[in-house]
Amino acid sequence: MTKVFIPGDAAALSMGADKVAAAIRSEADKRKLKIEIIRNGSRGLLYLEPLVEVETPKGRIAYGPVAAKDVASLFDADFLKGGKHRLGHGPTEEIDYLKKQERLTFARCGVIDPLSIEDYIAHGGYAGLKTALAKSGAEIVKDVTDSGLRGRGGAGFPTGIKWKTVLDARADQKYVCCNADEGDSGTFADRMLMEGDPLTLIEGMTIAGIATGATKGLIYIRSEYPHAIAKMKQAITKAVAARFLGDNIQGSGKNFSLVVRTGAGAYICGEETSMLESLEGKRGMVRPKPPIPALEGLFGKPTVINNVLSFAAVPDILAKGAEFYKNYGMGRSRGTLPFQLAGNIRQGGLVEKAFGITLRQLVEEFGGGTHSGRPARAIQVGGPLGSYVPVSQFDMPMDYETFAANGAMVGHGGIVVFDDTVDMARQARFAMEFCAIESCGKCTPCRIGAVRGVEVIDRIIAGIERDKNLIVLDDLCQTMVDGSLCAMGGLTPMPVQSAVKHFPEDFDRPPVARAAE
Amino acid sequence: MLTKPEASPDGERARDVCSRHGNRPDELIEILHEVQEQLGCVPEAVIPVIAKAINLSRAEVHGVVTFYHDFRSVPAGRHVVKICRAESCQSMQSEALCSHAKASLKLGFGETSADGQVTLEAVYCLGNCALSPAMMVDGELHGRVDASRFDEIMAETLSEATQ
Repeated sequence: MTKVFIPGDAAALSMGADKVAAAIRSEADKRKLKIEIIRNGSRGLLYLEPLVEVETPKGRIAYGPVAAKDVASLFDADFLKGGKHRLGHGPTEEIDYLKKQERLTFARCGVIDPLSIEDYIAHGGYAGLKTALAKSGAEIVKDVTDSGLRGRGGAGFPTGIKWKTVLDARADQKYVCCNADEGDSGTFADRMLMEGDPLTLIEGMTIAGIATGATKGLIYIRSEYPHAIAKMKQAITKAVAARFLGDNIQGSGKNFSLVVRTGAGAYICGEETSMLESLEGKRGMVRPKPPIPALEGLFGKPTVINNVLSFAAVPDILAKGAEFYKNYGMGRSRGTLPFQLAGNIRQGGLVEKAFGITLRQLVEEFGGGTHSGRPARAIQVGGPLGSYVPVSQFDMPMDYETFAANGAMVGHGGIVVFDDTVDMARQARFAMEFCAIESCGKCTPCRIGAVRGVEVIDRIIAGIERDKNLIVLDDLCQTMVDGSLCAMGGLTPMPVQSAVKHFPEDFDRPPVARAAE
Repeated sequence: MLTKPEASPDGERARDVCSRHGNRPDELIEILHEVQEQLGCVPEAVIPVIAKAINLSRAEVHGVVTFYHDFRSVPAGRHVVKICRAESCQSMQSEALCSHAKASLKLGFGETSADGQVTLEAVYCLGNCALSPAMMVDGELHGRVDASRFDEIMAETLSEATQ
């Protein structure tokens, strides 16, 4: 029976993958051909979705983007045996976009059946947990520390140090919380992993639990991700049934349970203390730090909080050793980062590469330039709170320190490309507007500052006392940076000030022309 | 009007949801999601019922309901159209898509059509940023949506309704 892989990933579904699957099923039945359809995750070549793969003796052969109307011609071309077709790309692994990547965290995503424990283990899954079960908590934490892994959610805090704090804390109950509130525009790696290889996240969290002595885990997933929520819940059920979760995991005497919690449309809940409040059933109001969550987190107990990709990197580190992971990357940015190419880009998708690759390589070599075909003008890296990077800085290597030294941030590796039609004054205004909409309201610089920010930028756009208002804007931004309780208010000035700094001409256009737009 | 909120059918169902969640206050958000799924919204009248069941004040429950964008106080239309307005989609002309959607549905963001068929909402990121602009219709995600694809999707959605 020929295996046909059709992604069930939300991005693939958004381009009609379900219709393609139905068409392939009915065409095969009509032709009396026996096929087995597997709904895998996405390979990350999102510009080719729905990407249909067929298993052949020569390996998996890729076709895409496939529409339901192409299905009959695919059968005519004998695609089940890897036949030639205008949508064909040859062996999937040989596609340049994929071949040039360094897939560690996403090694299995798109390859396996996301809900098959057997498939997962056959592709190296649970090797990390096996190693971890033979080690003490301190040894596991040392491996994670030595690997150089830093928080993949954006802040880049060393994961091992966080874990050690929780390990050393004494409490009757500790927790492991996964922040899967991936609300930043330009990011979708968390979603892709949860839909394409959920067991990796489960394994990473289980290892965190065993390492730090936490027996309860929660995954906070945003409500905008219904597919990811469903997959994670199903995967947890499978893992429990196979005794990889619950009491006495694999006969080790160790316990770890996991539940999924759904967010409710508040961007701020991606901030870790706000997420904790939300997990406790409250308004997502940011908590002051200290105390840090590692000591007083969920319900006041010591809590490991990491992003999806931080946890997902851990199984590999345990299975292959800290050195293996550390050998990737540059400077103090070790390992790989799954970059997400988004926005106005021809070949959008997920590119996992070691730190050190430049922005230009990502956008040009992988991304193939803009979707519109016009020149790229600005790239926003690291989400709505990240800087707008001008063309002159496209050759910066992706490295936490290099970006910070240039007034930008790598963040979670989300890359949103804008072509030369972008109006940076409008983008700056949006950054303030978004902050005003999503602020939790606890601290004044963020709650009021964002509203005033919109007003000031409106005056600049309207041509009212521009020079004076630019000074006011700068002052306001400084107040938000210095006085905000969390990154929402503290980093909103990043996109605003980078826009003013790198694209001053956009703040100096004739007000009349703008009004006519 | 004299009926106590907990004696109403809505109140009854809200109380059931709470008890299925062990009347635990930390599960309030899950409870509200479930209540909204069953009743189409979180009506003002069930707030005291929930508060009593999970031993919180009405103010606390009201605070949570109003903090999160997901919870509504009145039911949405039969179809909910969410268009992404975040940066990635902006770079692919989502503002033009928004204008088209508003004009063709004759609705502003946050509004429901008079016949109760469609609610139009703005969202900030659906996680489909490599295939911007994105929108979600009744929980189904769509990518690379331009004006003509929007019209196709809406025609399909609304024709399902009449069947």
